[in-house]
Amino acid sequence: MSSKPLVPAIEGWHTMEAKPHLIGTQCQDCGTYFFPKQSDYCRNPECESTDFCEVELSRTGKVWSYTNACYKPPAPFVAQEPFVPYAIAGVQLETEQMVILGQVIEGLTVDDLKVGMPMELVLQPLHETDDDIKVTWKWQPLAQ
Amino acid sequence: MSNEIAILGAGMHPWGKWGHNFVQYGVAAAREALADAGVPWQDVKFVSGGATIRCGYPGFVAGATFAQALGWQGAEVNTSYAACASGSQALAAARNKILSGECEVALVVGADTTPKGFLAPAGGYRPEDPDWVRFYLGITNPTYFALYARRRMDLYGDTLQDFAAVKVKNSLVGSKNPRARYRKCFTAEDVAASAMVADPLRLMDICATSDGGAALIVSSLEYARKIGKGNAPRVAAISTVTPTFASGVLEMPDIATDSAAAAGVEAHAYRSTIPLKAYEEAGIGPEDISLAEVYDLSTALELDWIEDLQLAPRGEAAALLRAGDTALGGKIPINVSGGLACFGEAVPAQALSQICELTWQLRGQAGDRQVQGAKVGITANQGLFGHGSSVIVKK
Repeated sequence: MSSKPLVPAIEGWHTMEAKPHLIGTQCQDCGTYFFPKQSDYCRNPECESTDFCEVELSRTGKVWSYTNACYKPPAPFVAQEPFVPYAIAGVQLETEQMVILGQVIEGLTVDDLKVGMPMELVLQPLHETDDDIKVTWKWQPLAQ
Repeated sequence: MSNEIAILGAGMHPWGKWGHNFVQYGVAAAREALADAGVPWQDVKFVSGGATIRCGYPGFVAGATFAQALGWQGAEVNTSYAACASGSQALAAARNKILSGECEVALVVGADTTPKGFLAPAGGYRPEDPDWVRFYLGITNPTYFALYARRRMDLYGDTLQDFAAVKVKNSLVGSKNPRARYRKCFTAEDVAASAMVADPLRLMDICATSDGGAALIVSSLEYARKIGKGNAPRVAAISTVTPTFASGVLEMPDIATDSAAAAGVEAHAYRSTIPLKAYEEAGIGPEDISLAEVYDLSTALELDWIEDLQLAPRGEAAALLRAGDTALGGKIPINVSGGLACFGEAVPAQALSQICELTWQLRGQAGDRQVQGAKVGITANQGLFGHGSSVIVKK
């Protein structure tokens, strides 16, 4: 096991604790959530607010749909050698009424997934650099 | 007052992968459309181009580039960029010019030359760019197509065999289209033997990127009558509507949908809203459609479009397919050009190529691909960043 520090692949997009949350924003006027964060203007056409606060998004939801990547994506993706296919899921968050895309944890395949399945957010390595291990959010089936 | 304009001429450079300058494809398509229309180039007073973003400055000013290549003769120019809907937006600009009485006859043209493999973003660390973010996290274009396909399987019971049947259907009819890039008749076994790219989609379920060019000569109805072409097919409607907040479908290149959490906000599916304005503008309904050219970026997406155009109830497009209703000779033939499955995508030309096919079909000039008694056709496509279009052509 590498002793390199774990750092977020994209700074400020999620918390780093054991049960992590994505960090979004919420319009203080109409209540619309944004991920990635949006703090300048509200995209709800009925709302002209410029008042936002950062919020931790729900860390559980249900599978909206899923697939996998059988081929290595181009840069900026950093692939393991040899490339190992990974599953991908879009998960619908109930409170936020939005779907968020992410990889599914290592070791699971599309055969382990189903539309509507409860999922939770975890952190796993995305790739390693000379100095650290970049982690990102991934979805895993919610422990029953 | 009628919003209609006449389609006097249609032209296409065949689709392929040659890597030539895009201008060459556009000029060939424009010359074929001019000859088809019997209109002298000097009579064209407006040139409306679909932009290509991969071919440098000449691509950004495609309207002017084609006008210069065909020989400057003082026509006004326009260039439209609207991703996959660029051609329709360029057509809409020409229609506005004609209906306002500023010009009688216009050329609409788009062409592209495309790189091989994945379309990748610029490098660096750029989390403000959604395209960079999704590639960094390992999300490619086929990911999105596969998410839509998988929903069909889990929600409606569509199968891999259904998706393969779309490819088999389109390759059979596309084999009869001399302008198509892929003209081999593929079998379900061929599809099943191709590599899995993004489960459930295999390589042969997903369209390629291609070189190609397409052009239309359009005019006022009065001009059409004046040159003895009063019966030419007409553009009856053009929809280029943007989405309605909140978009509840994961759309390329985004990592998340809109949030529909605010009071009074509902989640919408953009694709199904695109044809609504077209039907309304033309004053017709799905029951009046003889054939449709839809954007089959994947085989499964053709089935989504059939439902988005309301040619089948939601979840029932595969039943139409299985009954043979969407094949040539069926009740509602879909993609009798062969579709993107046989062409591959040449972005600024693609929406125009759909209209070219409808034009030939409505004239009864489609040869072995002819839909008998075709009276009204509809196109549909969707691209990045809230761009999509649907055009209705009628006799």
